[in-house]
Amino acid sequence: MRVLLFGRLGDLAGWRERSFEPAPASLFALKALIAGLDAALGEALNGPGVQAAVNRAIVRGDVALAASAEVAFLPPMSGG
Amino acid sequence: MIRLTTETFDPGAELTRFCAGRTESGAVASFVGIARGEGGAATALELEAYPGFTEAEIGKMVEAATARFSLHDALVIHRHGAIAPGEPIVMVATAASHRREAFEACDCLMDYLKSRAPFWKKEHGPAGARWVEPTARDLDDIARWD
Repeated sequence: MRVLLFGRLGDLAGWRERSFEPAPASLFALKALIAGLDAALGEALNGPGVQAAVNRAIVRGDVALAASAEVAFLPPMSGG
Repeated sequence: MIRLTTETFDPGAELTRFCAGRTESGAVASFVGIARGEGGAATALELEAYPGFTEAEIGKMVEAATARFSLHDALVIHRHGAIAPGEPIVMVATAASHRREAFEACDCLMDYLKSRAPFWKKEHGPAGARWVEPTARDLDDIARWD
């Protein structure tokens, strides 16, 4: 499973892309796994305005994840 | 058309191209956003995009604006990577039959890009770097269109 972090989340974690094998079966299981490795990052993933995308579609709440999924964590966005 | 680019671009040339051959549009509105130096406090902007996802999300918004404002066409050019003060960051151009629709669609698309398009913006300066998130004003601006 490929996990991507954007914006301040990538700076906080010290990585922007990482592969997780074996792949957790759900989004909440992935978040719990990350929180176990890095408590500050785990907390930030549940922070205000942070969204998750699975295979480039925004998801809400918990969802099942295929082993081949691409999961991205997206802090508040700002372009322009 | 939606274009993400790490290279600078020429807004005048883009606008000329966008206007060319429009015998029925009647109205083209455009906006160019330029990186501010903040009197030396900002030495560079760094924009991160999520390739594939960012274009697709902007595409959905352009599609919605096209239907809502009866646009004939829309252009969005957005930089990512490193941007120096004075360089263009973003350009939006809209074509419609009449000016009101063109102006409003351009305004709406820019409000969307400021607070909902998948970009993450870091401002670098002598005092260090900080991630810029939408301001209260940006959120009020986008709420006008909901």
